[in-house]
Amino acid sequence: MSGAAAISADSKPRLPRGVHLKHDETRGEWLLLAPERVLKTNAIAVEILKRCDGIATLSEIVDDLAAQFKAERAQIETDVKTLLGELAAKRMVDL
Amino acid sequence: MNARETTPTPVPAPVGILAELTHRCPLGCPYCSNPIELDSRAGELDTETWKRVFSEAAAAGVLHAHLSGGEPAARRDLVEIVAHCKKVGLYTNLITSGIGITRERMRELAEAGLDHVQLSIQDALPESADRIAGYKGAFARKIDVAKWVNEVGIPLTVNAVIHRANIARAGRMVEFAVELGARRVEIAHTQYYAWALANRKALMPSRAQVDKAVAEVERLREVYAGKIVVDHVAPDYYAKYPKACMGGWGKRTLNVTPHGRVLPCHAAETIPGLEFWNVREHSVPDIWANSPAFNAYRGTDWMLEPCRSCPRKSIDFGGCRCQALALTGDARNADPICHLSPYHDKVAAIAATFDEVDANVPASDYIYRTLKTQVPAQ
Repeated sequence: MSGAAAISADSKPRLPRGVHLKHDETRGEWLLLAPERVLKTNAIAVEILKRCDGIATLSEIVDDLAAQFKAERAQIETDVKTLLGELAAKRMVDL
Repeated sequence: MNARETTPTPVPAPVGILAELTHRCPLGCPYCSNPIELDSRAGELDTETWKRVFSEAAAAGVLHAHLSGGEPAARRDLVEIVAHCKKVGLYTNLITSGIGITRERMRELAEAGLDHVQLSIQDALPESADRIAGYKGAFARKIDVAKWVNEVGIPLTVNAVIHRANIARAGRMVEFAVELGARRVEIAHTQYYAWALANRKALMPSRAQVDKAVAEVERLREVYAGKIVVDHVAPDYYAKYPKACMGGWGKRTLNVTPHGRVLPCHAAETIPGLEFWNVREHSVPDIWANSPAFNAYRGTDWMLEPCRSCPRKSIDFGGCRCQALALTGDARNADPICHLSPYHDKVAAIAATFDEVDANVPASDYIYRTLKTQVPAQ
């Protein structure tokens, strides 16, 4: 992966058709479902992915998370870019 | 009467269901993973029973429903089944040859909520592809189907089973999958069970061919990183450790045959003495937890040496039970693919037989997959 920095602040990330964020009642956890893949998703990733609606820009997502969780923006930005970069490489997020 | 006396750890919830909706298929691929003894149309589960099976599977924790066959499009109720799976919250994956899918039907499937399509291709060269499938025009049809899948916006995976007749184009098939608009490609070297075992002589490539193909596919994985995901199933006969078959017996997935028998893996019926339960008589959760076939090789208690004391026993679960049976005579033995198996020489000997295979020599005639009443082609 060319690195998280490659994702532009204007990009509007979204889950493509065939990728779903699902709360699984049986296991009591959030899962990201994709073709032949099930990824366990931690609380931070869930908050990020819920905001990937293809409308909000990366920069807006980071602002929103920083405000809601009263966290340092730069740190949030790194987390978001890292997660989305990894998922994009698996074709589980479109940027 | 078959209830388990001791249950030290609760059985984990199943993750996937592979539903063989029918064994009918217009193609005759000689490596088909269906059993030699195919289920007849007459005994297939009806729509309502399949719906109940999917409802029960979803309630038991299943996430992915793999709608397979045979050719699932041969079922007239395919759209209705997809819609039902969607309703009960299952992720639907259609595993198809493409034959029987029209543009209109693909639209209906998309509207019903189909999540993903896995389309098989037999080769990147039309004549060879059609010869392998035993069906003229299959290759051209698949290109159309890929187009229609893209049109409705469903993500596409291309699946290619690799063997001697197409191994020279293993890499080309990755590129072809990109051209077809796939986001994911499975390059799966043939695993020798059922029809593939019957056709092993015609299918098995040489070691040199395998090495070349594997290197080429791995190179393309890098070239297309971020563009297409390459899932590469390495050839078994040349491996050092066995695969964690099915991610562990009765641990992740269940397989339902067209007639309703529930199997821990699609080849499990090759193991004699296992008692399979049927969805006509038992619910899915009951079968998952209590059927003798599922409990036969669940966990690690059933293992013999060298598995029993092996540090990898919870990593690969001793490999494949069906392969252990086929090559050693006892399903409890370590899969002889493992270099620690006392039978490993036998695998090496079979593989060595093919070391001298010349890529230019055509594969011998196939025993095409057919319903048993038909005579094998050619």
